[in-house]
Amino acid sequence: MTGALDLTGVSKSYGDTPAVRALDLSVAQGEILALIGPSGCGKSTLLRLVAGLERPDQGTLRVGGEVVAGTASAVPNSPNSSVGHAPVTRAQWVPPEKRRVGLVFQEHALFPHLSVGDNIRFGLDGVRRTEQDARVREVLDLVHLPHVADRYPHELSGGEQQRIALARALAPRPAVVLMDEPFSSLDESLRARVRTDTVDILRATGTTAVLVTHDQTEALTVGDRIGVMRDGVIEQLGTPVQVFERPVSRFVASFMGDADFLPSSVDEHGLACELGLVTVQTDVADAEVVVRPHEVSLTLPGPETDGAEHHGALAVVDRVEYHGAFILHTVLLPSGRTVRSWQPHSIRYPVGTKVFASIHPGMVPSLLVGERTVTHAPNTH
Amino acid sequence: MSLQSRVDQARERTSGSRTGLRAPRLTGAGRPRWSAIVVLIAVVVSIPVVSVLVQAFASAGSLALPGDLGLMVLSTVALLLLVGLGTSVLGVGLAWLVTAYEFPGRRLFSWMLVLPLAMPAYVLGFLFLSTFGPAGGPARAAREVFGGSGFVELLSGWFGAPVVMTLTLYPYVYLLSRAAFRGQGQATWDAARMLGASPWRAFRQVLLPLARPALAGGLAVVMMETLTDFATVQYFGVRTVSVGVYLTWKGSFDFASAAQLSVLVLAFAVMVLTAERILRGGARYDSRGGHRPPAAPTLLTGAGRWWAFAAAGAVLAAGFVLPVAQLLWWAVTATAADSSALSTSRFATNLTNSAVMAALAAIACVGLALLLTHGVRMTGGRLARAAAQLTTFGYAVPGAVIGIGVLVAFAAFDGWLEALGVPGGTGLVVTGSVLGILASYIVRFLAPAYQAVDASFTTISPSVTNSAFSLGASPLRVLRRVHLPMSRSGIAVALVLVAVDAVKELPLVLLLRPFGFTTVSVWVYELANENFWEQAALPALLIVALAIVPVWFLVRQVRLAEPHKQVIS
Repeated sequence: MTGALDLTGVSKSYGDTPAVRALDLSVAQGEILALIGPSGCGKSTLLRLVAGLERPDQGTLRVGGEVVAGTASAVPNSPNSSVGHAPVTRAQWVPPEKRRVGLVFQEHALFPHLSVGDNIRFGLDGVRRTEQDARVREVLDLVHLPHVADRYPHELSGGEQQRIALARALAPRPAVVLMDEPFSSLDESLRARVRTDTVDILRATGTTAVLVTHDQTEALTVGDRIGVMRDGVIEQLGTPVQVFERPVSRFVASFMGDADFLPSSVDEHGLACELGLVTVQTDVADAEVVVRPHEVSLTLPGPETDGAEHHGALAVVDRVEYHGAFILHTVLLPSGRTVRSWQPHSIRYPVGTKVFASIHPGMVPSLLVGERTVTHAPNTH
Repeated sequence: MSLQSRVDQARERTSGSRTGLRAPRLTGAGRPRWSAIVVLIAVVVSIPVVSVLVQAFASAGSLALPGDLGLMVLSTVALLLLVGLGTSVLGVGLAWLVTAYEFPGRRLFSWMLVLPLAMPAYVLGFLFLSTFGPAGGPARAAREVFGGSGFVELLSGWFGAPVVMTLTLYPYVYLLSRAAFRGQGQATWDAARMLGASPWRAFRQVLLPLARPALAGGLAVVMMETLTDFATVQYFGVRTVSVGVYLTWKGSFDFASAAQLSVLVLAFAVMVLTAERILRGGARYDSRGGHRPPAAPTLLTGAGRWWAFAAAGAVLAAGFVLPVAQLLWWAVTATAADSSALSTSRFATNLTNSAVMAALAAIACVGLALLLTHGVRMTGGRLARAAAQLTTFGYAVPGAVIGIGVLVAFAAFDGWLEALGVPGGTGLVVTGSVLGILASYIVRFLAPAYQAVDASFTTISPSVTNSAFSLGASPLRVLRRVHLPMSRSGIAVALVLVAVDAVKELPLVLLLRPFGFTTVSVWVYELANENFWEQAALPALLIVALAIVPVWFLVRQVRLAEPHKQVIS
């Protein structure tokens, strides 16, 4: 329990509605954690709890090892106290202004009546003026905007405002920076660029950060780890690869990226779905196969696909969506179900084309039993 | 009480609170000290009303009500009904006229019809008296017919008081009705016309029912103002319950009977608000229609357009243009006759008194309003929010009640001081005191100050406040460095609103002033009462000029809402 941020059994309800339920979370020093989930999943409440804008009903919150909310077990270590006493527990509360937690908001929330320099200086109250100036220069250099100290927020572009907001949050050297949808107010074209810059800055300064987002791509590209939240609980916590390729539940599978679910049957070869054999395992009953569009291959039927029912199915292209670099094909399977398939830019089957749909060799789709995924041996075929 | 906030409050009551369910949760972490500050302000502000109730019920065993109580109650009911009827007809009628019909000067009228709000009733009252009063031509003519039995005086009083009240108060109903007609009404009006209804039938069966909540809100404001007045009606010899409170206190300095009568006034206020609720029914505006383009007004042709012009013009002339012209004429002739009028020491003293009271009231109210709004944001708790809301209900308490309440509270405070061994206490009660006037101003004008500052605070995103916290700023530093500079415009507006209200205010000063303490408003009233109309004109003009400032805020709103081209012939 010596992370930059530790939550133990934290709960928070609004009236009868639980927003965060008995949540445990630990963020390591220098780590970037992306919290993602549908609206109302509790991700913003979690952020507000850490920032000190809400009091938890239960549980303990530590920032940099120091208890900021909840019950702290303080071991009596003063010479007067007799040895052998039980640890004293008492409710602790550190207000937001004393938490060493930086905040970056979607709307940037710069102080409009202060210049950029004064915005950054705001968090350096009590520091000598010369040191303030040095730090302002330092963080402005960090965000590659060394020349804007005398400007006012309204004179900056959205992307520049976002970077100033980050610089302002970083200036007092917080133990952790919390970012609430920090990029969603930016234009699509600008977003990827600012996102990359932000991650670079966080990495360069070794800053611990928790980022709340509803954008899967953002979570996958930014987070060292991703926490997928639902109904006040973190349903899966893991690296982007784990969350995307090994979702623990139907919810995670469908929330993190597109997925189609196909029923499976078990025979002597193993477990198969309409697109072919998935695994040689035969001990899983009533499983559904999670098929992601990039795992589905489409080929024109030919001699090599004749009689290959074990490896795929004849399907008809039902819909084609042009996405630029890739083209999303939706195909209708003999069973009447549809699956989606990403095809490279160069391949575009017109609607009505008969295609042979199968799972890409080497791909290992996840299996769902009920709402949870089951672990299984890799496909050996 | 400022016009702006009266209208805003009435609008809010009819359209659902602005700071209701969607109010962003702020620093819900709770800061007990700030909650305590907010609650404390609410408690202090409600002391006068509580004092009146306590005093009245403590002395309920020995009723000391004046003999003509029945007549007073009857007069109050009659005046409320007459003014209510008058303002409904003028307010709704004119709002409808400028919304639905195109006639010469329509756009100009649409905002100028708000101007009579700048004319205090006690100013228009004496102008009216000078023309139609006992000394005026019509009354003299009538007396020749009916003889000097006092019947003419009674009739002219009961004609004059409602007319003067109606002319100064109808803009409240006008503003709210117009907003209702323009907002929600458009689509339904179009639909009704498309279904073949005549304009009159569409108005009666569709728009009037839709405007009912607005009408109820406007009428409630009008009746509260009528109930609060005890100066203007005295010109006309109309004795309402509020007049009773004033005369009883000034006649006998008897707390028990003054407090008992005040409770009666309060009961009227509660009845008015209850009636508003009933009249409003379950109806609420749905503001979703707000951005629809307005329907084109029907172009009036022939004589109709000139009738419309004459109707709107007559009201504007009677309520504003002619009175101002008369005041100007008197002021010029009086100054020409005696050029020392401007430089008399009385003028300077009274003006200074008004200015100092206004400045103190404005600073106190805005300071408290800042503490309230900032405190609510610091705690975000329901208790603090409710307490802050409570402080704005001073508007619903008639001036007489606040005045007597302040006196009772001061007396109790004196008794407490004496018990502590201070002989005579502060000795402020019977002689009246400037401090008492200030206290009553705060109770009465905290609402507009709070609303103006709060409106400014709502433009400060909660994330700005939270950012300041996360950067290590204490609540006081957040107030000083972030909230204060960012709500500067709201603070300025609040200062102006309270100061103007304080200069205009008459009943509270009359009730509470120490002997010899005269403000400009009291001076106007005294001169007018002694029929020195010419001398009263200059200070009256000053008050009207000041009162135009808050009206101008309203007018600007109306003009901003006014589309530039909308005539289809």
